[in-house]
Amino acid sequence: MSQHAHENARVPFWRNPQIRAWLYQSIMLGGLLWVAFIMYQNTLANLEKRGIGSGFGFLQNEAGFNIGETPPIPVLQGGFLWFIAALIVGLFASRAIAVWLKKKGTAITASDKTVFAVITLVGIIPVLVLFLGSDSIAFTRYTESSSYVTALLTGFANTIKITILGCIFSTILGLIIALGRLSPNWLISKLCSWYVELNRNLPVLLQLFFWYFIVLQQLPSVRQSIDVGGWLILNNRGLFLPAPIAQSGAWPFCLAIGAALIGIYFICRRSMRLLNERGTPGKIVLPSIALLIGLPALVWLIAGTPFTLEYPELKGFNYRGGIDFTPEFTALLVGLTVYVSAFNAEIIRSGIQAVSNGQREAARAIALKERHVMRLVILPQAMRIIVPPMTSEYLAIAKNSSLAVAIGYPDFVSVGGTILNQSGQAVEIVGIWMGVYLSLSLVISLGMNWYNAKIKLVER
Amino acid sequence: MAEIIKDRRPPVTKTGVLGWIRSNLLFPWYNALLTVVAGWAIFSAVKPFVQWAILNASITLDPTVAKQYSGAAWGFVRDMWPVFMVGIYPEEHRWRPAVALLIVLALIMLTLVRKFRGTKWLYTLWGLSPVAVYLVIHGGFFTGLEVVDTHYWGGLMLTLILASVAMLFSFPISVLLALGRTSDMPIIKSFCVAYIELVRGVPLITILFMASVVLPLFLPTDMELDKVLRAMVGITMFFSAYLAENIRGGLQGLGNGQYEAADAIGMGYWQKTLLIVLPQALRIVIPPMVNNFIGILKDTSLVGIVGLVDLLQIAFATTSNPKWFGRLEEAYVFVALWYWILCYSLSRYSQHLEKKYASK
Repeated sequence: MSQHAHENARVPFWRNPQIRAWLYQSIMLGGLLWVAFIMYQNTLANLEKRGIGSGFGFLQNEAGFNIGETPPIPVLQGGFLWFIAALIVGLFASRAIAVWLKKKGTAITASDKTVFAVITLVGIIPVLVLFLGSDSIAFTRYTESSSYVTALLTGFANTIKITILGCIFSTILGLIIALGRLSPNWLISKLCSWYVELNRNLPVLLQLFFWYFIVLQQLPSVRQSIDVGGWLILNNRGLFLPAPIAQSGAWPFCLAIGAALIGIYFICRRSMRLLNERGTPGKIVLPSIALLIGLPALVWLIAGTPFTLEYPELKGFNYRGGIDFTPEFTALLVGLTVYVSAFNAEIIRSGIQAVSNGQREAARAIALKERHVMRLVILPQAMRIIVPPMTSEYLAIAKNSSLAVAIGYPDFVSVGGTILNQSGQAVEIVGIWMGVYLSLSLVISLGMNWYNAKIKLVER
Repeated sequence: MAEIIKDRRPPVTKTGVLGWIRSNLLFPWYNALLTVVAGWAIFSAVKPFVQWAILNASITLDPTVAKQYSGAAWGFVRDMWPVFMVGIYPEEHRWRPAVALLIVLALIMLTLVRKFRGTKWLYTLWGLSPVAVYLVIHGGFFTGLEVVDTHYWGGLMLTLILASVAMLFSFPISVLLALGRTSDMPIIKSFCVAYIELVRGVPLITILFMASVVLPLFLPTDMELDKVLRAMVGITMFFSAYLAENIRGGLQGLGNGQYEAADAIGMGYWQKTLLIVLPQALRIVIPPMVNNFIGILKDTSLVGIVGLVDLLQIAFATTSNPKWFGRLEEAYVFVALWYWILCYSLSRYSQHLEKKYASK
């Protein structure tokens, strides 16, 4: 006791780090609360002055504006509800498995079996439920008399569409550019490195404007469309492709493709097992192709035509039918893909170069074939370096898709902005934006982190 | 009878121009094919551009004469040059941004002289320069210059001002955020984590919308916040979060021994941080920070969406001029050239810094 008293006497209380820490933190917390309170008061006063109510009730009001692109949105009823229920049950079950495994001292990612179980729970079962209930699943399309909620959902669907396609295309293009930069061909590698330098150093908005206002405007008019055998029609109203229309055999056909993909997974596993057992990998490519083509073809013969193609046709002033990509969508997709592919290319290139040369030499020394060197030795190690920065790029695509507002593609921000202008509910709309983008970022980074955890180097 | 060994062909030369071409362009056969394809691609992209930009282009200031040429009308850019630079800044005051530019250029020149580098008075001049630039461009106060409201700021000037203000202010904020995130105090730490993750999870546009629509609601009813200032607040808020993550990387890259040594000689927190930790941590992260600054420079172009006329938006503004109506391509090429030169030189600088500090 006296010891403590002695110490306290020597060190004044304001010099005690712990007390100081609490002092700083309470000052900061107090300050934050005070600022929040002032802002709250100001907001109330401002809203009253402008005659704007608060709360999310306005979302039920009729929107009344037009949206250029209206993908179908599933209605929260029937089959879709069952899908969501299955998804939630699957998520809780996987969570339970994770907790149980953690108690046992392992993780879900430790073995293929548990990973497969989780994929089944949160992916395959809900999708099966969705397919089985496909008769009762209802879709709605946004019209001018729909509510603000439907408008926002439509915008969100458009954002998701551009994000997914952008991620896929920019990865493929990035891989091609990266391999081009690593090519021993001087001209190719110079060309690819200039592609990267050009794209990285120009604002993405400028590139979008370039694609939208300059390239797409110079495409021929509807009458003089570029027509590739009726399959691909390109003019200044957009890009038109034939659309598959589901027939009676559609859903067995999809099932067959799913089964073939699962089969390929097992072929790859068998190949790896054989590689470990007898030193040479099993055949992958030929059996996979056979399975991927053969099984669906067989189902096609038994269950009948799965799809018929609906070709776009010139009616009046524009093409009707088929899949049409509006100029806004095309410009946004091309612009984002080209911009992000430059960054992806650099990430992939540096990942491949970071794998030490000794690995390559060792792989050759044990007489692996050149393509096996790449697939079995270089790429798995490069992936560990590539995945974390690629995650940020995928997140960047999701966020940069909001630039759609500048060229008039009705994405989530663009639709929200229109609602904001109409209703004046700024705080609510910005709140919704933030919430939705945060959840989207969270989902993407969760997925990529999970993949990262699966492929990362396991050390002691 | 001894077997006669046939003469072998000499090895294919790998030196000289021919050898270089052979090994880099033509060998093996698919490389030759790729060379042809790439050459054709370059040719078919460059040829129309060269025809448009050089061969068929005109540089006359007379739009009617320019119309006779099928290529670019660079006279448009010559004519509109001041507008590209300063936007709708009043014509009779255009000398003021020029003076501001001279101030900055002079400071850069002084910094390039090795003898002056690192001296106290140069730091003081740099510290005072934002104030001087603001006073010259904005006017008012005691300067006796007529006030030019930020409403009239635009073009390259606005882009550079927005970018430098964001760099200037987001730097100290991000240092504080990074220190907060690595500190042991739970409330401060969680505030910093929440701020950084929140801002990094949303697009810059939503932050700009927030700054332009929601921020005024948070302020007292009689207080009006300038549009340019609001954009500055938004961009600064946004980039502080990204910069903070860079700096956190530097803080984590520092060996624990440095902290312990500082503790051992009885340094307090701020002494330790300012004298030991930050100088080392910041040096590690200079290259990623410069990359971030390139990002700021490029992303200031988004302020056009909330209604400011920066370098990118000026491209639209100038082409709606009746005299040069519809010269969008020229405007874009010109604007793109500016962005590209600025960003490319910054990225070169970052590579230079990386090399410079890598040797230590």
